[in-house]
Formats: sequence, structure tokens, C-alpha cells
Amino acid sequence: MSGPSKFTPKSSFARWLERRLPILGFMYDSFVAYPTPKNLNYMWTFGAILSFMLVAQILTGVVLAMHYTPETTLAFESIEHIMRDVNWGMFLRYSHANGASMFFLAVYIHIFRGMYYGSYKEPREVLWILGVFIFLAMMATGFLGYVLPWGQMSFWAATVITNLFSAIPVVGNSITAWLLGGYSVDNPTLNRFFALHYLLPFILCAIVALHVWALHVTGQNNPTGVEVKDVEKETVPFTPFATMKDAFGIGVFLVVYAWLTFFVPNYLGHPDNYIEANPLVTPPHIVPEWYFLPFYAVLRAIPNKLLGVIALFLAVLIPAALPWLDTSKVKSARYRPWFRKAFWIFVVVCIGLGYLGAQPAEGVYLWSARILSTYYFFHFLVLLPLLGKYEKTRPEPESIASSISATHAVAEDAAHV
Amino acid sequence: MSDETIAQPNRRDILYIATGAMATVAVGGMVWPLLEQMNPDASTLALASTEVDLTAIIPGQIVTVKWRGKPVFVRHRTAAEIASAENVQLDVLPDPEADSKRVQKPDWLVVIGVCTHLGCIPIGHEGEFDGWFCPCHGSTYDTSGRIRSGPAPSNLEVPKYTFVTDTKIKIG
Repeated sequence: MSGPSKFTPKSSFARWLERRLPILGFMYDSFVAYPTPKNLNYMWTFGAILSFMLVAQILTGVVLAMHYTPETTLAFESIEHIMRDVNWGMFLRYSHANGASMFFLAVYIHIFRGMYYGSYKEPREVLWILGVFIFLAMMATGFLGYVLPWGQMSFWAATVITNLFSAIPVVGNSITAWLLGGYSVDNPTLNRFFALHYLLPFILCAIVALHVWALHVTGQNNPTGVEVKDVEKETVPFTPFATMKDAFGIGVFLVVYAWLTFFVPNYLGHPDNYIEANPLVTPPHIVPEWYFLPFYAVLRAIPNKLLGVIALFLAVLIPAALPWLDTSKVKSARYRPWFRKAFWIFVVVCIGLGYLGAQPAEGVYLWSARILSTYYFFHFLVLLPLLGKYEKTRPEPESIASSISATHAVAEDAAHV
Repeated sequence: MSDETIAQPNRRDILYIATGAMATVAVGGMVWPLLEQMNPDASTLALASTEVDLTAIIPGQIVTVKWRGKPVFVRHRTAAEIASAENVQLDVLPDPEADSKRVQKPDWLVVIGVCTHLGCIPIGHEGEFDGWFCPCHGSTYDTSGRIRSGPAPSNLEVPKYTFVTDTKIKIG
């Protein structure tokens, strides 16, 4: 979809700048003239929503860092100081904490949309894998940030997650001590977690830039999964069409975000995190934030430390292999009746794992987590390769244009009746 | 023709290789401090030892003391607890170890109070074997601090300690 720029600078200053640094033309081609398929639905607004959330998190995060103290004896109090003394501090902190949840909500919808419409398939494999890296960086950033308030949940989350690395044979304990800067979570740990929590979002920005670059090379997928054949007939320019639609999507998303932040700011949090970290007492029931629960359930489902940790990391990374595990040539689930069912079962399994991750690891909960974890891997490693081979797909439309005129014809018929 | 050029390296090639080698060493020398700074620092390594007075601990009681930032359980075991720890067939244990190897005096069990699974602190007098129960992922330990069920791979660690007097121990 890239080609020579259609940008013609209007002012003499723009012409002067364009000959020296063609940044205006680059912006114009990327965010104004960039052709987007006509048939995109609202599931395609989540890229813009995610960009918005990244900026929102960086903005609120930078100002929170102006009031926070990354030192074990002061950290917890500095959070209370933000909540009570700093002008608008409570609003900024609640925005940032709930912003993390909204960020993950958006990324999960974005990922599932990619899965449903086969957006990871040729030629978008690199785009998809960059997305998995973004998700990984988001998880790391979210975890590091959760430790900073230095509450009980913060402390024990840090302990459990860093101890995951102690499962590595031979060098595990040395790696854990290296990560912690000591033999237990303490001041060196908090200090470096703060430094890294501030650093990672900017690395995230860099990977997002690559992700958008790769997207603008291949062009967007669309609900039919059929590639654009006629740019004139099948696409509309990014501005105003996608810009306005994305802005509306962000607006609706903000309503939910604002409701969380203003009306139930602690709904997704844990009361234990309002108790200062105590290295001598583990809370009776520790659970991660909701967005980590499915993976936490996978970890706990396996009664062996090393294998549990391996399964956890595999569960996060296995989507990166989707372009090769899903062997079907047809992209969109619209034309794959069996895949479509498998997809929705997979979504239910993920939500089920999330529910089980929040329950105590015993009895029926443990067994359900084992069954669902097995299904999670079965979906990727067995079901998808087999479906690609044996599924009888429905015929795809010739082109985006023909699919649009077909829908319109049906709609017009219905209108005439 | 190309064979000849490969066969005869000239002074330029040697300079390139030498420069490249120096640059590699320099990069390595620079990266090492950047990584090594994350390891436990001198103040953390300066091993504090902790002394514990045993007279105040009654039979059946577990006292938690802090050593190297970690909790250490000092458990004054009752006769029944000692018996249950000693009368276990070693082959039923996931991490077989005789009780006599884990204590210096049968009355006193001293273990690091960190679950060997993912580092939570187990709760005393809980779980099927009346030793400890880890609330995080459900590992249970017996009255010798040995893993009996759950995901933890090994027994609670016994730290280095010495009896300074009959009623006082020094950990570390």
C-alpha cells in the first residue's frame, strides 16, 4: 500500500521543510491519505484506542512519578500522600491504575479480533509477532507498576513472579538474586522496578512504531479477509473516515474508563494492597490483577514447579506461532464454520481460566483449571492445524467490493419487501 | 582468482581484525558492570547474624525471626510432633530426608520460612500434616518442614545455625 507520496506542500515553509525532512509528507501518507478498507467494523477501532491508552498511561505516569518515592520505608506513604495531599492526586492515580485495566481490556479485544479474522496470516506474520512482543512488554510494565505502591499484594506479587525464575535448573536461584538485588524483595528491588517501569513504556512506543509501520506496509486486514484488489473502489482515506470512526470508538471507550475511574475506582483492585508490605506475612489469598488471571490459572494447574512455569510462559508466547499453526488459507472466521465455533469455545475457555485463576487452587477449581489449560494448548497445537486441513470452508467473496454490493443487494431486497 | 585473495591476508586485514577484537573486549568490559550492578550489593552481602533466645518459646510454639530479610521459623516441637516427624517412611516423601538430618536437637526445628515453590510464607500448625500450609498455591509441609504435597519441589531450607548456649541459637 506504500508508494510515492501524494503529498503536495501548500505553504512555502512546508515546501522548504519537505525538501530537508519529509516529515509532513510522511504524516500525510500515514494518517491522512492512507487507504483503509471500506468494510472495517468497530472491532478495528481498538488500534487507535490502544494508542490513546498508551499516551494516557505515559502522561498520568510521568506526573505521578513527580510525587512518588521509590524507597521501601516511604513508598506506601507517598502513595497515600498522592491520594490525600497532591492536587488532583487521587484522580491521577485512579486514572493510571484503572488505565492499566482498560489498556489490557482493549488489547485483549484487539488480539481476539485478530484471531477471529485471521489477521496474523500471510503477509501479516511480522505485524502479528510484533503485537505479541507489545503484549509481553505490557505485561512486564503492568507487573512492575503494580509493585510500586508497596502494599501487601505488591510485595507478594513481586515475590511470586521473581521466584518463577528460580525454577530454572542450576542457575535459577542466582538469576532470582540478580533480579531482586538481594535474597528477598527489598529496597534494591523496588528501586529498579521503578526505573524499569518508567523505561518500558518508551520501549513499548518503539515496538508500537514498528507494529504500525508493518501495518502500513501490508495494509489492514478486513472482515472478509480478502485482500484489497482495487484501491479506488474498495478503500477510503484514513482521514476523515477512520479518524472520525476511531475518535467515536475512543469516546465510547472513555465512557467505560471514566465510569471505572470515577464511580468504582477500587473495583478491580484488592483491599490487601492498602496494607503496607510486610515481608513476614503472606496474605491468605493472593491473586494477581484480573488481566493476568488466565495465565496464573495455567501456572497453578500444573503440580510441578518447573513445568508450571514453562506452561505459563508457553501460554503467553504460543500465539506468536499462530501464523504457522493455523494452516487454513481462508482468513476470516466468516467463511470457516468450524473455526468459528472453535474460536468462541476458546474465548470461553480463556474467560473460564480467568475465573479459576481467582479461586483457591484446590478441589474442583484445580481440576477445572487443569482441563481448561489442556484445552488452551489443544486449541493451538492440535485443533488449529487439523481444522486447516479438514475443514470445509464456505466460498470467500471475489473481492471486498463484491461482498459490499452483495450485502447491499440483500438489504435493498429486504427494504423492497 | 578469489582463492589468491583469501590465501594472502594483508596488513589491512590484520588491522581490521585487531580493531574488531579490541572493540569486542571493550563492549564486553562495558556490559559487565552494567549487568553486575544488579547483583546483591556489599551492604546486602554483609551477612547479619541473628541470635534467638529459646527460653521464651514454649513447646508447640513457632516463633518467626527475620534473617537476611527472610523469615526463619524456630519451632519448639512437642513430643507428638517429634514422633510424627521421625516415624515417616522416607520413601513416601517427595524430597526424602531423615528428621535427624534436619535438626540439631529434636526439640528445636529451625527452617527458613519461605515456601520453596514461589516464595510465599507458609502458615504454621496448618495443613494435613500439622506442619505448615502455604496459602499461595497449597503446598503442605510436615513437622520437620518437609514437603508432603503440593507444587513445591523441596523441603523448607535449614539455615546454618549454632547453639551458643543451651537456650540460645545464632543463625548465620
